[in-house]
Amino acid sequence: MLRFIIKRVLVALLTLAAIDVITFGVFFAVPSSPAAVMCSKNCDEARLARVNAALGLDKPKLDQFIDFNKGLVFGRDFKVGDKADHCPAPCLGYSFRTSEAVTKVLGRGLPITVSIVIGAFILWMIVGVSLGVYSALHRGTFADKIAIGLSLVGASMPVYFFALILLGIFVFSLKFFEFPHFVSITENPLLWAKGLILPWLALTFVQAAGYARYSRSQMLETLSEDYIRTARAIGLPKRTVHMKHALRAAITPVITLAGLDLGVFLGGVAITETIFGMHGIGWQSVNAVFDLNLPVVMGTVLIAAFFVVVSNTVVDVLYAFIDPRVKLS
Amino acid sequence: MGTAEVTKPTGSDEPYLKVNDLRVRFETEDGVVKAVDGVSFSVARGRTLGIVGESGSGKSVTSLTIMGLHNPGRTKITGEILVGGRNVVSMRDEDVRKLRGNDIAMIFQDPLSSLHPFYKIGKQIVDAYKVHHPSASKAEARKRSIEMLDRVGIPEPQRRFDNYPHEFSGGMRQRAMIAMALVNDPKLLIADEPTTALDVTVQAQILDLLNDLQKEFNSAIIMITHDLGVISQIADEVLVMYAGRVAEHGSVEQIMKMAQHPYTWGLLESIPSLHGDPTVDLRPIKGNPPSLIHVPSGCAFHPRCPYRMMNPGPCDIDVPELLPVREAGHKVSCHLPEERRRNIYRDEVSEVGVAQ
Repeated sequence: MLRFIIKRVLVALLTLAAIDVITFGVFFAVPSSPAAVMCSKNCDEARLARVNAALGLDKPKLDQFIDFNKGLVFGRDFKVGDKADHCPAPCLGYSFRTSEAVTKVLGRGLPITVSIVIGAFILWMIVGVSLGVYSALHRGTFADKIAIGLSLVGASMPVYFFALILLGIFVFSLKFFEFPHFVSITENPLLWAKGLILPWLALTFVQAAGYARYSRSQMLETLSEDYIRTARAIGLPKRTVHMKHALRAAITPVITLAGLDLGVFLGGVAITETIFGMHGIGWQSVNAVFDLNLPVVMGTVLIAAFFVVVSNTVVDVLYAFIDPRVKLS
Repeated sequence: MGTAEVTKPTGSDEPYLKVNDLRVRFETEDGVVKAVDGVSFSVARGRTLGIVGESGSGKSVTSLTIMGLHNPGRTKITGEILVGGRNVVSMRDEDVRKLRGNDIAMIFQDPLSSLHPFYKIGKQIVDAYKVHHPSASKAEARKRSIEMLDRVGIPEPQRRFDNYPHEFSGGMRQRAMIAMALVNDPKLLIADEPTTALDVTVQAQILDLLNDLQKEFNSAIIMITHDLGVISQIADEVLVMYAGRVAEHGSVEQIMKMAQHPYTWGLLESIPSLHGDPTVDLRPIKGNPPSLIHVPSGCAFHPRCPYRMMNPGPCDIDVPELLPVREAGHKVSCHLPEERRRNIYRDEVSEVGVAQ
């Protein structure tokens, strides 16, 4: 068991290192000059060189890469304007644009993204899985057909479209809510939830649809298994057969998928964040790319990769606990 | 408790299970499937009835209907299934459920897929026990389950109790299935091809085990199989089914040694025998089992029957009745005259396959 976990963690670190190299490489592979973006309209050669030097972009690429990774592990010292500043590990550098530490920038964005995603995740899992299980158990009935139809609509509707419908109805027409904005949960939990309801609903509708369809098909497949017939043959009540024996087997692959999805979503839900004007890390990463703001791009990509790798590892370990047939060796 | 002893005491000569003119139909998009079409038989405690037939002959549907495991939404059942004097067909679902696993138990073909992969063997047996003994304590249920594992010949039952199905071999799994089926002392055990997925040597062990357990528990057994070899080892009586109907019904000697239905002959001729002449070819039954939606007219076997009488009829026109022949208890549904059937068996069939 321990060996398995150590092995998985090592693989995870290796994956992160590879992503580190690739992101850095891709950033410089495109013909672009962050200094030119920073340098205002009447930009001359001397000024451009100064900006480049200030950003540390005049050094050889390899040195820049080594400096960046040193900072990640040990921290690093920077000159911001005239004063020197120590950026403790894990240092992701300073934003080209605002001259603040990238960790601080991400520290602002992460709670927003996490709030949106965790809340929506819980909602879409509850709604999606119960809808899927219900329609599997009532296969062919009117309720099943409604559920399938609804989930088809949800699965084929882009999140930005549904989000705009929500905004149009609840904010602009009915005026149930003000335009959503983020309030920290530590500040006021009620306002926190109120501000997040619409993004939650938007993500839930789209995601729950997929999960309803997936858990329905998993449940139907399980219900036709021989061991379900056995469970009925020994005289177990229908409820036990469905809710224990069938659900136990049907839910396993759904949980696997959910773990992976959660990892991906925690890395940023750029479209949802942008529509609802919430500056989570998804929004930050998109803006950083437009600004050619390398340190922030590196930061958001690495953090997204971190979530994906961690959720993958967790799912693998979890799977071994859920399914006794999986051997950890 | 309370639920366990509701059944009326049955006299030893009164069969525990009586099936009268059972008809099972499924509605499908392609038409009505006549899976079982007028089948009658009975099994007494301590006796074994073998039901033989190809896939699609209605043998498995018959057993699932007795258990009440059919899909009630699309299945139409007429006739009677009397279990200990009570008619299962007209019973409420909840009452049939209490019968299942308690008075009637079932074991299935593939023990790996029939056991839940996520639950330990012991837990699954405990579940089977506790559902019909709700007042039993955990320790009692565990003790009873280990006893049963021991009884069906699983070594180190204490330790094996905590194994998962995938950690058992095929034969051990089927033993565990049998332990699970017998944990509540059922009066009727239905075994649906219990040895088909097993090695031949393990097959023999499992059949021996079933024989022993039957003596010990005095249960009635229905053995469903397509393998006449299995039947000859375990059955007292045999029901040969074809296209949802009974082709022939008799004691195991009558079916194995003086069969009178061309379909039974076909089954006998297609199985090699250790004692026979190795140079004589086996004779497989030509053609395929019929569709149960469009059952052939008259005798359902007539398109495949080498002895059919047609132009004019009766084999393709009239459905033959299941009629008694000279020996008591032997019934055959065939239009051929009895003398002719006897001659054919003597001259042509008894030379081939296991029939000798």
